[in-house]
Amino acid sequence: MTNTIETFELRKVYNDTKVAVQGLTMQVRQGEVFGFLGPNGAGKTTSIKMLLGLVRPTTGSAQLLGQSVSKPVARKRVGFLPEHFRFHEWLQAEEFLDLHGQLYGMSKTDRAQRIPEMLERVGLTEVVRKPLSTFSKGMLQRIGLAMSMLHRPAVVFLDEPTSGLDPFGRLLVRDVIRAARDEGTTVFINSHLLGEVEITCDRVAFIRRGQVIRAGTIRELSGGLMRVRLKLDRVTPELLDGLAYWSNTVEPEDHHEVMLSLVGEEKLPEINAWLVEQGIKVYALVPHHLSLEDLFLQIMGGQASAEELTS
Amino acid sequence: MIQSLHQIGVITRLTFREVQRRRLLWIGLGLGGAFVALFALGMYFIYQDIMQHVSEGYRSMAMKQASASMLMAGMYVINFLIVMITVLTSVGSISGEIGSNTIHTIASKPIRRWEIVMGKWLGFAIMISLYTILMSLALMGIVAVIGGGFIPPHPIQALLILILEGLTILSVTVLGSTVFSTLANGVVIFMLYGVAFVGGWIEQIGTIVNSQVAQDLGIVSSLLLPSEALWRLASSSLQPSGITESITPFAVASQPTPAFVVYSLLYTSGLLILGMYVLGQKDF
Repeated sequence: MTNTIETFELRKVYNDTKVAVQGLTMQVRQGEVFGFLGPNGAGKTTSIKMLLGLVRPTTGSAQLLGQSVSKPVARKRVGFLPEHFRFHEWLQAEEFLDLHGQLYGMSKTDRAQRIPEMLERVGLTEVVRKPLSTFSKGMLQRIGLAMSMLHRPAVVFLDEPTSGLDPFGRLLVRDVIRAARDEGTTVFINSHLLGEVEITCDRVAFIRRGQVIRAGTIRELSGGLMRVRLKLDRVTPELLDGLAYWSNTVEPEDHHEVMLSLVGEEKLPEINAWLVEQGIKVYALVPHHLSLEDLFLQIMGGQASAEELTS
Repeated sequence: MIQSLHQIGVITRLTFREVQRRRLLWIGLGLGGAFVALFALGMYFIYQDIMQHVSEGYRSMAMKQASASMLMAGMYVINFLIVMITVLTSVGSISGEIGSNTIHTIASKPIRRWEIVMGKWLGFAIMISLYTILMSLALMGIVAVIGGGFIPPHPIQALLILILEGLTILSVTVLGSTVFSTLANGVVIFMLYGVAFVGGWIEQIGTIVNSQVAQDLGIVSSLLLPSEALWRLASSSLQPSGITESITPFAVASQPTPAFVVYSLLYTSGLLILGMYVLGQKDF
């Protein structure tokens, strides 16, 4: 599978002193939905801006679709919805999309076909002639989404695409992302809403101070680790000692419940059989895969400095 | 090359449309129209007065004198309007986009930074040129029709110099907009204009009283911002000989040379290129 985005030791230092991105090296594959995660001040937005030619890297290199990001042509098949988006609000919805279509180099015929299509996809066909100044935040987010996908990009960067949206808005963003993935578009998402990322992303990268700490699918990152809740008729010290054979982490919750951490599901029947052998009644044995939030806290929690947490 | 022209064209149209939508141009045109109407009225009553009170033998000369003076006064106002419209429309041309973050959606497209600056500059340049032509021709037309057919000596030359004056100020403003915030840019531009304005007067007085230091000060201020000197050059193209040798805003006691026009052209294009370079170095 070819890489859509490739960076090598990408670094940004402001005023020779403030290191925003220390050395970002990563690859994003073609057609995947990629989550870019990290605490505030981790350098996520600066990294995206370097990939889009908005910020000049101090050192290092980056390629988009095989072209150096320093060349404007690299952005021809790239879409972008910024985090703090502000548009030319005196433009009408249709004029706004037409302007950006022209900047992407789309032909008049293509724009005439694609603009109504995208307006429909984001549910804004009713307000096509209304100026953006009359739009709510959610509507602006949707027109921004339509703008970023207008030219059928090969890769689209969405910086906090669901922040400030109501549940309907989030659902719509999810649908748009899925549709984009179905069309073969690589989607690069920077979001604080881990639940959203977990639902939509194929792969994630955790970054801190502009360096990738871990990257992979959620399953890969958790290493098959899962939490198992046992509901039993009794919990005794002997039982806890026995369970320690399968798990390093055995946490009694109360007199009837125990939480275990396990690697892989294959040990579950064994544990169940042993419990029955010991004459213990098993009311429930519920495995939970680690959530992205659990992973985020596990990977970043111990490392986030006070500076990052307060930024 | 074709790609660059296309992107510049998109930004130029966007700029032109923005000026229209934000009604700045219409306010400028409305106020300009009101001024032209007032001017026509004044011109008509002066003409009536001369016809009634000046004896027939002197009428032609009096009319020419009055027409020339009125035209100069009117053109001086237009010169001021050009400066104001240029600065007020373009003062936030780049800084406004950066301040509001709208630059993020533009500069992340397959467009070069210099194309953004060039497109913006062109959009304003077309608007300023049209405004200058429209207002100047309206005034000259009124004077020609009501004032007994008075035509200034070099109207086209004056018009071109006035356009150049607008473009000079435009380049300074656009450059400032890539460096400063909108407010700071406005302050810097009007201060520069003030320096050039006062410098022009110092040069005029210095020429009349034969003070070399005063003349040199005026020249330095003209090099800093050529607007006032260009106005004097335009003013000299509009006046019949023998009317001015006094200290007025229309005085041409010290007239810039044609080389100064070349300097102004270089100044305008140089500052525009500098603006392109500065934006190219910026992080958003």
